[in-house]
Amino acid sequence: MKKTIKYVVYDIIRNRFVIGYTLLLLLLSVSFFWFEADPNKGLLSLLNIILMVIPLVSVIFSTIHFYNSYEFIELLSAQPMSRRTIYFSQFLGLCFSLGMAFLIGVGLPTLIFDGSMRGLTLVLGGLLITLTLVAIAFLASVITKDKAKAIGVALAVWFYLCILYDGMVLMVLVNMADYPMEKASLVFSALNPMDLARILVLMQLDVSALMGITGAVFQNFFSSTWGVFISFVLLLLWVITPVFFGYRIFSKKDL
Amino acid sequence: MKTLFIFFLLILSQSAFCKNWSVKTVPELQKALLESKANDTILVAKGNYKVLNLEITKPLVMIGQNQPVLDAQYKGEIFIVKSGDVSISGFKFINVGETSMIDWAGVKILESENVKIFKNEFINCYFGVYLSASNKCLIENNRIIGTPKEEQTTGNGIHAWKCDSINIFNNYVEGHRDGIYFEFVTNSLITNNLSTKNIRYGLHFMFSHYDTYTHNIFKKNGAGVAVMYTKHVTMKDNFFDSNWGGSAYGILLKDISDSDIEHNLFNSNTVGVYMEGCSRLKMQDNVFQKNGVGLRIQANCDENNIHHNNFMANTFDIATNGSVTFNYLNDNYWDKYEGYDLDHDGKGDILYRPVSLFSTLIERMPQAMILLRSFTATLLDKIEKIIPSLTPENLKDDSPSMKPNAIKAFNFKV
Repeated sequence: MKKTIKYVVYDIIRNRFVIGYTLLLLLLSVSFFWFEADPNKGLLSLLNIILMVIPLVSVIFSTIHFYNSYEFIELLSAQPMSRRTIYFSQFLGLCFSLGMAFLIGVGLPTLIFDGSMRGLTLVLGGLLITLTLVAIAFLASVITKDKAKAIGVALAVWFYLCILYDGMVLMVLVNMADYPMEKASLVFSALNPMDLARILVLMQLDVSALMGITGAVFQNFFSSTWGVFISFVLLLLWVITPVFFGYRIFSKKDL
Repeated sequence: MKTLFIFFLLILSQSAFCKNWSVKTVPELQKALLESKANDTILVAKGNYKVLNLEITKPLVMIGQNQPVLDAQYKGEIFIVKSGDVSISGFKFINVGETSMIDWAGVKILESENVKIFKNEFINCYFGVYLSASNKCLIENNRIIGTPKEEQTTGNGIHAWKCDSINIFNNYVEGHRDGIYFEFVTNSLITNNLSTKNIRYGLHFMFSHYDTYTHNIFKKNGAGVAVMYTKHVTMKDNFFDSNWGGSAYGILLKDISDSDIEHNLFNSNTVGVYMEGCSRLKMQDNVFQKNGVGLRIQANCDENNIHHNNFMANTFDIATNGSVTFNYLNDNYWDKYEGYDLDHDGKGDILYRPVSLFSTLIERMPQAMILLRSFTATLLDKIEKIIPSLTPENLKDDSPSMKPNAIKAFNFKV
């Protein structure tokens, strides 16, 4: 498995896209921190990148990569190797390369310019989002038969998580404004990894705004060690669940 | 020449008749208080004195040498000043008891003038210094530290009721209900005080006209500072820091009129300034930074002039609850402003509406807070900027500054 992961990573690096992506992220992060006098604002700009660009790149690149190495996967399947090894080496190879790209591109500058708890939360949240989107891309790839369809599904998931979902939550909140929705909105935020990561970072940044009456509900939950722990576990579940279902389908799939 | 000579003689005679009383025990102290003549000096030596309800009924100078401790053992209060021209300094007042009938205090001043309380320490006192119907008093350089319990069972650090021309300088107040409390106090000055960790307000102000407070620091108080039902207040060079909580404000202004709020720093408060029923206020040269809401103007405020302030790194710069307002915003710096300045006069060419759609939305549905800084929220704000429909149309800055206004540096001694 180690050997196949090595080949996958080697293949991705040879492609040069990931290197370009790393450099772009690095350039963006450093310029955000340099041009904004207040590291807080730099972190906020980075948060926007993490919530929009990074999921998009992760999900599209992973899908394309899966289909580009389809022949390689077929070749490996002909060898005495289990489907599990093939699937997970592909997944872990991608996670490793995109994760490293994120850690070098965003994590390094963030920890240098703002190595506090909020910086750390941002980096951890961003990393988990990257992994989640890779996992979702794999699921999208195994349930479809051709590349275009897979990219379509991946894009739809990205669109749903990043844009549609919040709009729907807003709609529900507007229509149910007469009911106590504090607890419900906690649940809503748990059902979307983007929201979860965003709120975790906001809790470190905008504490004073969130301390209103409703804010206090979130504050109590997301600021307690227990709440932070649960949030990270939920984010991890968002990685594990799609990977697991993807594997279930892949192991029975007629390649 | 002759008048001068007589004046000199008078001074000489004064000092000749004044007596110094040195006191080392409680009976001696009681005796001195009884037998002394007006304008005598009582020197209290270092030691621990268990005393209760000592009345000062004539002009006296009370000096504690090397900080003698006056202990009321939670049974009552310590000094009750009922005469003018009394000076009390160098003592440490501890353990003043708590009742609901009488406001027991470390030093209580009743209907007296020219009383000076300085360089004392008040530890575990129900009320620290309590002034009632007294004028021209000075409270300076005191350290007042209480142990907070419930709001009902904790007194105020410095409490003044129906006074005039009071000066409160360089005091440190911690752990009381209100750090400094003013009710019906006029023409007074509050300067250089640090009020922190009080369970309610750092400074509480009611019906106190023509007062000035400058160079004070109010930090981490339960609900910040409240100024209510007052006209002609001047607030200058103060620092309002880290007042966090569901109902915490840097300053809460309720029914204030004709007042100046100038060159203050509001940092990391849930709401920097909360204005309700305020008229004709001048707010200028203030810095609002890292607050949840910089300035909250309720719709019942009018004719307020808000100009040359800097709004930086606040989650929301301005929030309001109505749609029509009659307040003027000019020449402020908003770090969220995205306009341009083609004629290079330092002012943006397009106006700025500081109330975002999202903050209006939160006004109606606080739960929507979970969408803070999400793409949806940003998108809504952008659309609203282009076609305003929900945000108050006339709450706008016509000449926003392109660069932060030059505001002279803050200089706080902490």
